[in-house]
Amino acid sequence: MSTAEATLETNIKQSRATLDTWVREVVQWHFTSETGCTFWLDYAQTLSFDPRKAIETYEDLSKLGPFQDEWLRGGPVRRWVPKGYAGRPVYTFETGGSTGVPKSRINIEDFRLDYEAFSATLPDEFFPKGTDWLSLGPTGPRRLRLAVEHLAQYRSGICFMVDLDPRWVIKLLKMGQPKMAEQYKQHVIEQGLTLLRAHDNIRCLFTTPKLLEALCEKVSLKKLGITGVFCGGTEMTQQFHRFAVEELLDGAYFAATYGNTLMGLAVHKPRIPEDNYAIIYYPPLPRAMIEVVDPDNPDRVVDYGETGRVRLTTLTKEFFMPRFLERDAAEREPPCELYPWDGVRNVRPFAGFQNTVVEGVY
Amino acid sequence: MIKIPLLRRGEPYTSLDVALIPHHQTREMFVEVSQANAGLIRRDLRDQAMARGKLARFSTTELVAMCRHAADHFLNDTLLLGAEPQTAEDYVKHVSATTGLPLVMVRKNMQKIRSMLAEMGDVLNGLTRNIDSEVLDRGFGEVEGHAVSFFPCAESLGVVLPNNSPGVHSLWIPAFPLKIPLVLKPGSAEPWTPYRIVQALIKAGAPREAFCFYPADHAGAGEILRSCGRGMMFGDASAIGAWESDSRVEIHGPGYSKVILGEDCVDEWEKYLDVMVASIAENGGRSCVNASSVWTPAHAEEISEALAERLARIIPRAADDEAAQLAPFANPEVASRISQIIDQGLAEPGARDVTAAHRKGERLVSWNGCSYLLPTIVHCENLAHPLANKEFLFPFSSVVNVPQRQLTETLGPSLVVTAITRDPELVQRLVSSPNVDRLNVGPVPTNQVSWDQPHEGNLFEHLYARRAFQRAVSF
Repeated sequence: MSTAEATLETNIKQSRATLDTWVREVVQWHFTSETGCTFWLDYAQTLSFDPRKAIETYEDLSKLGPFQDEWLRGGPVRRWVPKGYAGRPVYTFETGGSTGVPKSRINIEDFRLDYEAFSATLPDEFFPKGTDWLSLGPTGPRRLRLAVEHLAQYRSGICFMVDLDPRWVIKLLKMGQPKMAEQYKQHVIEQGLTLLRAHDNIRCLFTTPKLLEALCEKVSLKKLGITGVFCGGTEMTQQFHRFAVEELLDGAYFAATYGNTLMGLAVHKPRIPEDNYAIIYYPPLPRAMIEVVDPDNPDRVVDYGETGRVRLTTLTKEFFMPRFLERDAAEREPPCELYPWDGVRNVRPFAGFQNTVVEGVY
Repeated sequence: MIKIPLLRRGEPYTSLDVALIPHHQTREMFVEVSQANAGLIRRDLRDQAMARGKLARFSTTELVAMCRHAADHFLNDTLLLGAEPQTAEDYVKHVSATTGLPLVMVRKNMQKIRSMLAEMGDVLNGLTRNIDSEVLDRGFGEVEGHAVSFFPCAESLGVVLPNNSPGVHSLWIPAFPLKIPLVLKPGSAEPWTPYRIVQALIKAGAPREAFCFYPADHAGAGEILRSCGRGMMFGDASAIGAWESDSRVEIHGPGYSKVILGEDCVDEWEKYLDVMVASIAENGGRSCVNASSVWTPAHAEEISEALAERLARIIPRAADDEAAQLAPFANPEVASRISQIIDQGLAEPGARDVTAAHRKGERLVSWNGCSYLLPTIVHCENLAHPLANKEFLFPFSSVVNVPQRQLTETLGPSLVVTAITRDPELVQRLVSSPNVDRLNVGPVPTNQVSWDQPHEGNLFEHLYARRAFQRAVSF
């Protein structure tokens, strides 16, 4: 074993130990009557064991069973507010919701903490501190709206906002109105261009893959002074990544992310030639974990390189969501030097939902 | 594995998104086809005028000559397929591998494309009604003593192509000598033919910038049709729906082609049996110009029995058998679904699978590792039956009793009608019918196509419009 391999091995063990310690702390918090939320305290009553004693490692979270999607749809949303945070201002963020009741997740500080951690991964050379941002994408009930603004402020910038409502886009497409959806996209792009042309200090951009394409059809990012692009919100393919780097970005840094309201933000491993533009994400351990599991047996984590369904676990004191099966597929990626824990490669919609997911619309 | 790149203004580009297409028989992956992301397509199509400018430098006569040379290259030469050479025989085997078409059918289709390229001058004369090519080059001039002027309605023609049969690619080729660049999205299982046609034209001297080749998903197809000033779309009823109201896009959906017997000829129906068999079964019954219905004012039962007896002789044969008349389904599930639809239809009263008594075993058969649907003739008592006017991707036809007086009012959209009648009144009614796209009077098989005739619209009229034009004398 080389020195580098030995160091990585040590770091993997250390990160796992950190994760296990954090799991114990989070479980203790959520299942203690003074600090936990009503949902988990009630849930504990249905168990034949005390989670605070039975769960000592990350693996032990399986004892709680899978987290059900439906638990987050509908109220009362206050059942998710930990008693330890009583009296604090609470946000609620939503995901989904183009039809039916969206999933809601409460938030107090997590979005700030997640994006402050993410900020540390952005190179100052391309996302200069003190410069301003444009957020061109979904806002409304999504945590992106506050999170990107906080990211800008945390980096001493001011964030300009242009909204896109993805639920309306999905509805237009389902109604067979692709031209109207295109017009709506152009409406969003035009607003973004107006801001970019009017405010010289905007150097950093948050947007989605589709909007980035549409924006770069109209202008050169370089000419507008954009040096860093933080991109996320929908599926991003390996080919899109290459296309963006080679043909859209004009040398701007490309920070791809994978995340959602439920989990937080997974950062993209910096691009190296060997990865051939594969999009590789690592979760913000220990606050969240992403695994790839066998779709037919979600208790089995697949081997490295093997394809499976994405399973999320959120581990913060605000929100505890163990073993949630996401509507995505990916390959399991081994730990790397920068992130000595499991990651995921080339996330895309899970084929089992192909008939129901309208993906990549914004 | 064979790899097929995109062509971005004629230049190969290997995408990181690929579609793997299996061999229809072994199900092993046979070819890796690069896929174009929608943003890439849109970005490339921002400057369509450049490609048109490249074509505009040539005269129509020069472009027609290139087509003539390309005919020979397409049929005989080794051309590039991505980075590898592809011989003409390779091409035949490649098409067969992913579509299931027997080699003999691929070769026949190859000849169709060759003749379209070789006879491009006549084809253009047919489409433009003999307008002098110099008038087309200049954009104005005189035709039979009248001033005319034409202008292009688009900088390029976007074409969303099907998988069913290579011969269909003949339809878009005339856009090239009409100086309109092509943006092609091939069918998922048939990238071979458009790629080879483009390579043949480039070898013949065509500017490569005139061709974009973008294998893509539905989003990519939509992007092509939205971005090009004119489009052609091939697809089934569900695929074409979103584009039916867009006048920029010429729709090539199901053909619902028919053989119609007049009262004056119906008693001699046996004389026309060969025409009916050819119309239904040629090219494996896979073309929109294959008949899917025989309408007759009498003898429907006898005609259906005779057709069933003849078609039941068609059996699965190996892909390299020169006598092969039937193509297996590249996707066995599609064959199974079609057979189920027919069975569901037969469960409705008023229809009978006449071929069932003539063939050995079921309609859906597995032979030599492939799924086939054996030719099927369904006798329907009347037009209201759900199987009376259906089209499937194999030799299938209904035979329906339709009184002659009701023929034209119940006809519905029909790509080809072969009317076996000498009755001038019936012929006139068919001539006047807006539902008949191509009309053959007499015993001409529905699949016998003359390429100098318009097909689901006239490509010249789709790509060019006429303007009023006057020029002062001595100016």
